[in-house]
Amino acid sequence: MSSYIGRRILQGIVVLFLVSFIAFIIFQYLGDPVMTLAGRYATQAQREEVRQSLGLDKPFYVQYFNFLKNALQGNFGMSYVTRVPVLDLIAERLPASIELAFVAESFAVIVGVSLGVFVSANPKSIMSKFMMTGSLFGVSLPTFLVGILLIYIFSIKLGIMPSSGRGETITILNFWRSGLLTLDGWRHIILPAFTLGMFQMALLFRITRGAMLEVLSAEYIRTAWAKGLRGKMVLFKHALRNALIPVVTMIGLQFGQLIGFAIVTESIFQWPGAGNLLLNSLYESDFPVVATYVIIVALIVVLLNVIVDISYAFLNPKIRYK
Amino acid sequence: MFSKINELRESKIYKHFVSQPLAVGALIVITLLFLGAILAPVIAPQDPYAMEKLSLGDSLLPPIWMEGGKAPFILGTDVQGRDIFSTILYGSRTSFIVGISVVTISGIFGGAIGLFAGYFGGIFDSIVMRSADTVLSFSKTLIAMLLLGIFKHSSILLVILAIVISDWVQYARTIRGEVLSVKEEEYVLASKAIGGTHLRTIFKHVLPNAISPLLVVGAVDFGIAVMLEATLSFLGVGVPVTQPSLGMLISQGRNYLYAGKWWLIVFPGLTLMAIVFSLNLISDWLRDEIDPKVSNI
Repeated sequence: MSSYIGRRILQGIVVLFLVSFIAFIIFQYLGDPVMTLAGRYATQAQREEVRQSLGLDKPFYVQYFNFLKNALQGNFGMSYVTRVPVLDLIAERLPASIELAFVAESFAVIVGVSLGVFVSANPKSIMSKFMMTGSLFGVSLPTFLVGILLIYIFSIKLGIMPSSGRGETITILNFWRSGLLTLDGWRHIILPAFTLGMFQMALLFRITRGAMLEVLSAEYIRTAWAKGLRGKMVLFKHALRNALIPVVTMIGLQFGQLIGFAIVTESIFQWPGAGNLLLNSLYESDFPVVATYVIIVALIVVLLNVIVDISYAFLNPKIRYK
Repeated sequence: MFSKINELRESKIYKHFVSQPLAVGALIVITLLFLGAILAPVIAPQDPYAMEKLSLGDSLLPPIWMEGGKAPFILGTDVQGRDIFSTILYGSRTSFIVGISVVTISGIFGGAIGLFAGYFGGIFDSIVMRSADTVLSFSKTLIAMLLLGIFKHSSILLVILAIVISDWVQYARTIRGEVLSVKEEEYVLASKAIGGTHLRTIFKHVLPNAISPLLVVGAVDFGIAVMLEATLSFLGVGVPVTQPSLGMLISQGRNYLYAGKWWLIVFPGLTLMAIVFSLNLISDWLRDEIDPKVSNI
């Protein structure tokens, strides 16, 4: 098992190197740091000075090495627009994004998996057929449309839900501004979390159902039924545990997708998260922010994949003992 | 002629198809929408992008069945007096162009890579599959958004390429998995044994037996590409402003929704949903038809 996990970690490191290289290109070559730092009316000599201070006169690999060294020390340069260290800018926005993703994903997993188990236990009922088609409809709805329609119905027509922002937040541990500790914060997170989680929910529902149906037709389940175990016992202890393997994999795989959808959701609900920051930085060509965001996302995705691989090994003895 | 039709009627695939009313409905809907997109210049009551034909007097008219509605604006007009029905017809053209191009390019490119990776195995296979895993773990939306946002230049071709760059992966993975099992079959071994070249074996024996799951992937992917293009255009990094697109229509209508002008968003939104939902229904049906054992995802 350790060689399996070791291989996965190694693979993750290779990915991070590749992504850091792409981020370096965005940072160093797409933006024009010299122009930004020296100003539009700088003389040739002044520009040259800035170039040297940034190390832009050095060979390519030296520049890349310096970029990596700085990145590892948490130094990603300044935002072109706000003149604030990029990492601070993103770190300030990250808690909002993580809380939104967490609530959305929890909602998706709890509702999606429960519905999936229900449908697999009653495959012939009308409710199940209805839910299967409904879930197909759920994966056909674009995130942005769901968000807009929810705002229209609940914020504008009914006026019972706020349409933007995080509401009241409380700072914990000096750096984490949390909206999950106030009622107002929860009121604000419901619509965006539902918007973000709906697609995943529908997907997890379909995957759980598929995996359960496959497991339920296995011999050992028939044995469990035959020896007279209670329905709940068979369903949850014997079947679900095995059906969860593809579900866990899918949750891990889909988290990357969640980050993409989160950008759209944050933009619609004016959620003060990192995704919204990225979108604005793209509009304003604030490349240091874009490059740093890319690295942080890659770091999160790679870490999560390693965690999924490890939990996969725990769920599946075939891998554990290889 | 008639015997052919009767033959078709007797065939299994036809019988299964007709027994699935949802799939039949979906196929009819998508065909109608496709025809509408192709024939937009003929059937649209107005060319919504000929500025001289627009009249501000027709600005923000509601759909025709509501009070204040006016012919020929069946589904109402936007702030510039554009007929919504016409803009939808033109906008869905972009959706279909992007969808068809993405599926074709990704399918051929990803399919070929997966085919060779699965057949030959080895280092090439490992590299392809590891990079596929990597691309898959990132969001297609994010990758396309970054590419288009960074280069600040938009065209329909760039949108297609920005989607394809991460989209080919699932075709490659699907066909590779299929090839891995097909290549152990006796007829493939036989082809090699009688001295068939690799190319002959691949294209004559492996490919025809490994390609059908790509149909399912293609149908789902078509919907995803359409949705992605709409999302990118909604965010302002998709097709250029001069190009009609459902996503952009929704983005423009957004401000008026808050003022109660729901038709600016609801009709383009419904069209988008109808395209994606029909494609998903069709792919669901195809999946059952091609391999009933594959779990419904």
